[in-house]
Amino acid sequence: MGRTVHEKLWDSHFVGWRDDGLGILYIDRHLLHEVTSPQAFSGLAAARRKPWRLDTNLATPDHNVPTTDRDLGIEGIDDVVAKEQVATLDKNCRRYGIRQFELTDVRQGIVHVVGPEQGATLPGMTIVCGDSHTSTHGAFGALAHGIGTSEVEHVLATQCLVQQKSKNFSIELTGRMPPGTCAKDVILAIIRMIGTAGATGHTIEYRGDAIASMSMEERMTICNMSIEAGARAGLVGVDDTTIAYLEGRPLAPSGHLWKEAVETWRQFVTDDDSVFDASVTLAVDDLKPQVSWGTNPELVIDVDEPVPDPASFDAAKAETAERALAYMGLNSGQALTELELDRVFIGSCTNARIEDLRIAARIAKGRRVCSRLKSAMVVPGSGLVKRQAEREGLHEIFKSAGFEWRDAGCSMCLAMNADKLVPDEGAASTSNRNFEGRQGHLGRTHLVSPATAAASAVAGRIADAREFAA
Amino acid sequence: MSTAVRPDVFRVHTGDVLPLDRANVDTDQIIPKQFLKSIKRTGFGENLFDAWRFLDFGDIGKPLVEREVNPDFVLNDPRYRRVSILVARRNFGCGSSREHAVWSLQQYGFKVVIAPSFADIFHNNCYKNGLLPIRLSEAQVEFLFSRALGERALKLTIDLPSQLVCADSIEPIAFEIEHHRKRQLLHGLDEIGLTLEKSDLIRDFEREHRKSMPWLFA
Repeated sequence: MGRTVHEKLWDSHFVGWRDDGLGILYIDRHLLHEVTSPQAFSGLAAARRKPWRLDTNLATPDHNVPTTDRDLGIEGIDDVVAKEQVATLDKNCRRYGIRQFELTDVRQGIVHVVGPEQGATLPGMTIVCGDSHTSTHGAFGALAHGIGTSEVEHVLATQCLVQQKSKNFSIELTGRMPPGTCAKDVILAIIRMIGTAGATGHTIEYRGDAIASMSMEERMTICNMSIEAGARAGLVGVDDTTIAYLEGRPLAPSGHLWKEAVETWRQFVTDDDSVFDASVTLAVDDLKPQVSWGTNPELVIDVDEPVPDPASFDAAKAETAERALAYMGLNSGQALTELELDRVFIGSCTNARIEDLRIAARIAKGRRVCSRLKSAMVVPGSGLVKRQAEREGLHEIFKSAGFEWRDAGCSMCLAMNADKLVPDEGAASTSNRNFEGRQGHLGRTHLVSPATAAASAVAGRIADAREFAA
Repeated sequence: MSTAVRPDVFRVHTGDVLPLDRANVDTDQIIPKQFLKSIKRTGFGENLFDAWRFLDFGDIGKPLVEREVNPDFVLNDPRYRRVSILVARRNFGCGSSREHAVWSLQQYGFKVVIAPSFADIFHNNCYKNGLLPIRLSEAQVEFLFSRALGERALKLTIDLPSQLVCADSIEPIAFEIEHHRKRQLLHGLDEIGLTLEKSDLIRDFEREHRKSMPWLFA
């Protein structure tokens, strides 16, 4: 019987058994940020342990950083508690000699944007980070998943994790996406189909011709939200697109090592006779723009569909739906396109890469952000994404349309910094979670694609991006 | 002297049940993001379920006495003043990987969470700290809810060595737990220390790994 990519990754990183019968898995890349690492570093110090291997670690502050006045560096952080946390990451990285892209470094950004951009994310790797959206890196044929702070400490101290192998879930995507739809619509449609716990205990492999024809950035958007379907990891097998993306990246191998690496990487594809524990297929030909209406990422509808009636859900989910309607201030039967918005957010590890910004800019070009909106914000995923966008003139398009052009960070995706909704405000957001209060206390989030977000900024309400497609 | 962080030891616990009748309780609800700015491992209990427990917006350093309590949230019900066992619906702990969610539950006083299913990362984080997550069937959880919503709080005894959920008036309910997880909780083991016992194995692996993927060691 053949092996899946996941099984090949597992087998090639399996160290051996611990005395308690647990498997030890070797970790090739450990990404760190300011929020989930301080307690791991202090645990390490308290136990008088040292990092096992320094060169696998790469850190950058992202969750807690302001998206304005970046030139002020850490002094630009008004919140003293947040400032201490960012300073603590600096201190820990300097103390141990861990490579960090600090706040004023142009390479700083959202850790899941930075890793691939730098070539720190490579096929055949095991990659972990104290952040659930680490699944993003699976797009490269890597086994990548989020971990808690205790495990951050474990990886620092041992370069390994104690793991149980998850099951294999195949999601086959077929066909061609219609104009006006994006990779974000695909992953929202998947979560809507299988549910927020649909892939719990599994690693998802995204397969099929629709994935094969997608860019790396589109694949990252899809793998990114695997966690919202319950999977710790989501991945895509290696192909020419993967390899073309990586060539010449600063931390990717070069010269004879590049050739050797490519040869090895090409093996990280699923064998034809592999068996999956679960599988679903989604044809994307008739996909419509997707919009979340509720307070978890499976509560999603087509943009032209009415808000559902809680009675249409099974008993176990009806109460959740009822509660979501109340929180969101919606009525069943209502059209989401009638809904007036207060803010629009384009950013996050799901949708803040250059292709996302190009999609949004194409719609924003020659148009104006609706005057009723309090803000429409574009937050690039990294300093380098920002620089590239400025080279292409995208910032001028955004600014003349009335968007705010910010500095890189997680920003209003989790609203730990100053970028947030105030109570009862509604937002179209390209981020990944619509939980209660996620984007600010009592704020109401509608998860959408970058195309839908840009179109909605212009319309001042949730808009159908297909009407804006060229 | 080294003082490795060890999980709390868990053997037998008796306590009152909080019936939290919600599915998909995400870690953003368990401990909202503004409290994650702390660099400490303690002090999260006060802000457990902050946005549900209080009507005003909470932030680090805002004293509890100044908070506006939400009388409709179950945790503020006088019946549930001394709870230490949380019972909730499916997919508990979904969303963000923040271990602060486990810390806040423990620091509030919870020792056990019972639900039909848990999100993977949260489930894993529980064991690292000695919080016991117990999976029971939907029907068993429903039964516990029916008992926990009475005039007085339901008192349960969780017996880890015999893997039983017990109460005065009910048949003991057996639960499953993987052998190594059970051992981890019973002894409060230093996980990192256990792995480091295999340092030679890790070094051997590393040597071979360097041969097969040398670019990872460049």
